[in-house]
Amino acid sequence: MIELSNLTKRFSAAGRPAVDSVFLKVQRGEFLVLLGASGSGKTTTLKMINRLIEPTSGEIRINGQSTSTGDPVALRRSIGYVFQEVGLFPHLSVRENAGLPLRLVGTHPPEADQRVDELLARVDLDPEEYGDRRPQELSGGQRQRVGVARALAASPSVVLMDEPFGAVDPITRAGLQTEIKTLHHDLQLTIVMVTHDLFEALLLADRIGVMTNGKLVALGTPHELLTGDLHPDARALLSAPREQIDRLSHLLTPPADSHE
Amino acid sequence: MNSQLSAQLQLLPEYLSAHIVLSLLALALGIVICVPLGAFITRLPRVQWLTLSIAGILQTVPGIALLALMVPLLGMIGFIPALLALTLYSFLPILRNSVTGITEVDDALIEAATGIGMTDWQVLTKVQLPLALPMIVAGIRTAAVWVVGTATLATPVGAVSLGNFIFAGLQTQNVTAILVGCLAAAILAIVIDMSIRAIEVALTRRRVALSISGLAGIGLLALAALWQPLTASVANSDAESDRPVVIGAKTFSEQYILAELLAQRLEAAGRSTSVRSGMGSIILFDALANSDVDCYVDYTGTIWANAMQRRGIAPRRAVYDTMVAWLDSAYGIHTLGPLGFENTYALAVRRETAEQYNLQTIEDLTAVAGELTIGSDYEFYDRPEWQRLQSTYNLEMGDRRTFDPTLMYQAVATGDVDVITAYSTDGRIIAFDLVVLEDTRQAFPPYDAVLLLSPDASADNRLIAVLKNLIDAVNATRMREANKAVDIDQIAIDSVAHVLSEQLRGKGG
Ligand SMILES: Nc1ncnc2c1ncn2[C@@H]1O[C@H](COP(=O)(O)OP(=O)(O)OP(=O)(O)O)[C@@H](O)[C@H]1O
Ligand SMILES: [Mg+2]
Repeated sequence: MIELSNLTKRFSAAGRPAVDSVFLKVQRGEFLVLLGASGSGKTTTLKMINRLIEPTSGEIRINGQSTSTGDPVALRRSIGYVFQEVGLFPHLSVRENAGLPLRLVGTHPPEADQRVDELLARVDLDPEEYGDRRPQELSGGQRQRVGVARALAASPSVVLMDEPFGAVDPITRAGLQTEIKTLHHDLQLTIVMVTHDLFEALLLADRIGVMTNGKLVALGTPHELLTGDLHPDARALLSAPREQIDRLSHLLTPPADSHE
Repeated sequence: MNSQLSAQLQLLPEYLSAHIVLSLLALALGIVICVPLGAFITRLPRVQWLTLSIAGILQTVPGIALLALMVPLLGMIGFIPALLALTLYSFLPILRNSVTGITEVDDALIEAATGIGMTDWQVLTKVQLPLALPMIVAGIRTAAVWVVGTATLATPVGAVSLGNFIFAGLQTQNVTAILVGCLAAAILAIVIDMSIRAIEVALTRRRVALSISGLAGIGLLALAALWQPLTASVANSDAESDRPVVIGAKTFSEQYILAELLAQRLEAAGRSTSVRSGMGSIILFDALANSDVDCYVDYTGTIWANAMQRRGIAPRRAVYDTMVAWLDSAYGIHTLGPLGFENTYALAVRRETAEQYNLQTIEDLTAVAGELTIGSDYEFYDRPEWQRLQSTYNLEMGDRRTFDPTLMYQAVATGDVDVITAYSTDGRIIAFDLVVLEDTRQAFPPYDAVLLLSPDASADNRLIAVLKNLIDAVNATRMREANKAVDIDQIAIDSVAHVLSEQLRGKGG
């Protein structure tokens, strides 16, 4: 269980905080999706959870333990993280990249390789074909999938994902979404995932949190959010796709009088 | 010409091997110190600026000055100060590229590395250093070329290198020696540069074969360099177990010839020797005082003015006696004795002029001076010697002219001038058939060549027994002939020294 209480981050003394007094409880085994406009503080929130960014005030507890007291390295090794910029190392092969968290905890190399190959297959990358390539030799979407495999490699119980499928095409993306959902279920993962994609959020999330200007302005199940009484910013965010659907269906309706 | 070349090429293995050992060792030290230091200071931004500034300042010190500075700082000459100076010289490029390479690694990658649970040390060693490696190797390559080039300047501080060819060649006007030295240094620099370049490209493009060929290049150089000392030490261990007698020489032909003469005499008596030629005058004197050099030939006037800091002039005998006592009490340096000639300022005239006016001494010149023109180099007329010469002999020359030193001899030979100020043992005196006028009233300060022994060597009776045969054995004419053989006839120094040695024996010396 991850618990954020009154979490605030200011990058400069003046100006508004990047994350502003956020309270949030993520249950063990829950799939929580953070939605929000660009710059709303989603990445900052995730990074505070594994202490890549230290909060200005407030507290984070994982399984009841405050994260600020322990060793940050041990904390990070126990949490999988998919970075928004992916962050694969150009001097290592795909297999080495994905296996790095295992090597850090001293897993025997053949065992690590085997685990990595399994994971690569699950994110739809043939380990035979891609395992020995360098990240530079992959497409953007393929790289993101290696990033996901790396986050899962050391079998963490908590996984933080920052737009893991941003560069993946809709078809592969649908497959990966299903795969993630399965992994979440099979491995009993607690997942906090950031996305811009409302449909992805609706499909995957147990609960969705909506952020604007550093504040968590709405939190609930997909059903609650689609039907409930919402903060205007949250409503705008959720209604954008609905308007798109309206426009799409408008285009699909044959024009009343196509020729004079 | 061909024999000249082969004489030089015989020296090549020793000089080249010493040069490679010196350069590669300096480079290795530079790498071992600067890569970790560079990595360390990327963690301390303030110290980083300071460290890079210091390395930058070191780099602006001219190579030869840095080398010369090491001698008084360490109180010794030879390999160690040269190694230290070259190591310092390699600092900047390696340090700068290490820092740049490490700090230029993409922040997102460092964040990812930290985020998956790497410690700061792991981020450095598993991510930053591997990614910075091509950049670091490029810095090492720059340093390598600088070090190989600057190592040629190690000769004056008493370290053997390819510079020995160049310094000896410049002083004895031996173009072959200069060419051999320069070419060898250039080729060495190119080979090292290409080898490291291969490693650098291999690292960026991940070509294993290429990096192996680069490493092999460096490895072969190192092996070749070690081969010579190894074989030499095997050969030496049979013959002579005690350390070789170290003979010093300054940077002109006469010094090279005399050092070689001492070496040949000692070798003939079963001693092993090592000649450190091309050394700076002050460095050589200090080295003798420290017993780093065992013996060399210096000049009374030089010791008087430089080491003893005396300004005035004294009679020849008094200068000699004062110097001997002073050297002994101040440094424990033993003066074995004078060699028998002076290398001082002298007035020289064409033989026909000498005959026409019946000139033998400077006194003889006084009466006819008004009819004659004197030629000298740029500085002589400003020196106290010129004042003393005029007042001592009441000399009033008809006219005086100034020349470049090399043209001065031509000028007197062709009759442009009648008298010139020469150095008394200059080979050109013979080459242009000049007559040296004797300085009967001691207007010029005495510059008697004296054989000096270090405090350690002063107790070496076997050495003294061999070298004392040279005392009072070399007159100015012999020395002039030997200098001419080297400077004008371009004969190799060891054969000139050999001939001189034989002449002295023939004379019963
Ligand atoms: N290291 C930093 N220093 C200063 N300001 C920062 C830093 N990182 C983020 N910010 C600011 O904090 C705010 C929140 O940034 P954050 O990266 O959390 O947004 P985000 O919700 O992840 O946006 P996106 O969807 O575009 O990734 C932004 O205004 C951003 O400019
Ligand atoms: Mg973000």
